[in-house]
Amino acid sequence: MPGADLYEIRAGFLPLLDSAILVVAREKGFAKAEAIDLTLIRENSWANIRDRMAVGHFQMAHMLGPMPIAACLGLTPLQLDVVAPMALGLGGNAVTVSRRLADELAQDGDPGGLDATMNIKRLARVVRRHNAEHELPLSFAVVHPFSAHNYDLRYWLAAGGIDPEQDVRIVVVPPPLMADALNSGQIDGFCVGEPWNSLAVKLGAGVIVTTKSAIWRSSPEKVLAVSATFAADQPSAVAAVLRALYRSAEWCGNPENHEELAVLLARKEYVGQDQAVILPALQGKLRYQDDEVATVQDFFVPFDKAATFPWQSHALWFYSQMVRWGHAVWDPDSVERAAQAYRPDLYRAAIAPLGAAVPAANAKVEGALKTPMHAGSSDGSLILGPDGFFDDRVFDPEQIETYVREQQV
Amino acid sequence: MCHAQLSVLVIDENQIRASIIEAGLRDAGHDQVTLVKDVNGIAQRIGDLEPDVIVIDLENPNRDMLESMFQLSRAVKRPIAMFVDRSDQASIEAAVEAGVSAYVVDGLRQERVKSILDMAISRFNAFSRMERELDAARNELAERKLIERAKGILMRTKGIGEDEAHALLRKTAMNQNRRLSEIAQSLVTASCLLDPES
Repeated sequence: MPGADLYEIRAGFLPLLDSAILVVAREKGFAKAEAIDLTLIRENSWANIRDRMAVGHFQMAHMLGPMPIAACLGLTPLQLDVVAPMALGLGGNAVTVSRRLADELAQDGDPGGLDATMNIKRLARVVRRHNAEHELPLSFAVVHPFSAHNYDLRYWLAAGGIDPEQDVRIVVVPPPLMADALNSGQIDGFCVGEPWNSLAVKLGAGVIVTTKSAIWRSSPEKVLAVSATFAADQPSAVAAVLRALYRSAEWCGNPENHEELAVLLARKEYVGQDQAVILPALQGKLRYQDDEVATVQDFFVPFDKAATFPWQSHALWFYSQMVRWGHAVWDPDSVERAAQAYRPDLYRAAIAPLGAAVPAANAKVEGALKTPMHAGSSDGSLILGPDGFFDDRVFDPEQIETYVREQQV
Repeated sequence: MCHAQLSVLVIDENQIRASIIEAGLRDAGHDQVTLVKDVNGIAQRIGDLEPDVIVIDLENPNRDMLESMFQLSRAVKRPIAMFVDRSDQASIEAAVEAGVSAYVVDGLRQERVKSILDMAISRFNAFSRMERELDAARNELAERKLIERAKGILMRTKGIGEDEAHALLRKTAMNQNRRLSEIAQSLVTASCLLDPES
């Protein structure tokens, strides 16, 4: 609405592929169309995002999926009151190992490509051999303790019989420093969002061995975090932002726009990397080793399959993993608070008026869809899945207590 | 009441700023100050130093790494929490505004460490101010040189004196509602294009 007062929104983000929905909302006019003057501020740590949200510099931010849950459980060093009314896509991460570790894996049998099952078996054998011969275990980096990267990596390792606490070391390294850390031998592998895996391959520092989409297809990654105070005081501004981001996600999901999106993200104020390392992840064509390219189904899904819907079952799965690894304690009150960190009600209220297909449920059984299926939605046209875990386990949020109890640490 | 000296670790990639902080801490009577520029092997350093307080700049991308160590690592023996008391919103805001963050060993009393944070905030702000002033001085010098070059071009091509050249530049700037240095820049650029030898 030209001429009307604009909502001024300042949002923080980190230079990652999945900042795309925020970047496009600003650059392609989706924010402006909803009367939002969207300022994006690039940050260099999740701690800064958290602190600047806590003091009110940002009303919203690109945030790791488990962070709002950690905040609602009082686990952040600085008190942070946020809600997550939208997800910023599904997937987008990969696991990369050093050339040296890749060579060891290769000695252990046929090339496994990006196969999560085959490669974790081989990694387990290499880890056992390594630990029999060396004092220091192999070390893997993630970007933050409360990150999908950390929980995906741990899930994958543990399912393959590797104890992430005992058999390897998990450390935190900022995404832009991952390739260097791999090259210098400080770490042996990492789980990070794109384009940092593709960059490590391009620099000859590493080999991608599996993807988030292979470990858990259509799985949650980043969310839009909104200050709880702002969400309560300015519901119409929040709804306008969600509509703008929904349109933006739709644009990002259209393959015709991927080249333009790669050019946009490549700009130095956004991701600041060559478009040639950004494009493969958007197209799901990963160069995983030297000149080997693999087509990865659903590598990064910005829009389809309700990719922006903040499923409370995703929040609860993150919580189950926080309990599993001793990052949070188990209690029924925390289950409730973890679920409430994600706000499908706000999403539905903002998006449904667009006539879009919005899930009717707030949670679903994760890992149950082997093939794409029609799901209950506002207009019946929504298709979800497949969404399987690589080890065929299923997470039923109604049975979270059993799931948590049965998890092997 | 007599307290043991607090041990302070300053992590800052900017060595000048780190030295300014260190000087401030020493002036305030803190003698156990360690500066670290490179965060490689920081877990080991923290394990060895057992600092009571850690000060780090917000530009440092390794804050997430540092915090993860406090939360989860077995290398750091003593629990370390965010420096500022959760209720002290004003201090938190001042610190984030200044671009500094600090962490403290859990259980250390607020008033013992508040002066350290206040000092870090004021030194960070002083450093930013100094940088801005330095930038302004550099710009001013560059602008003055540019105007001198533009005057030289006018004097040579139009055969006029220095005062007249200056007046001409000033008048053009006023007429076009632009800064004197912008007019000078345009003239120098145009002159270079027309006559690369000049």
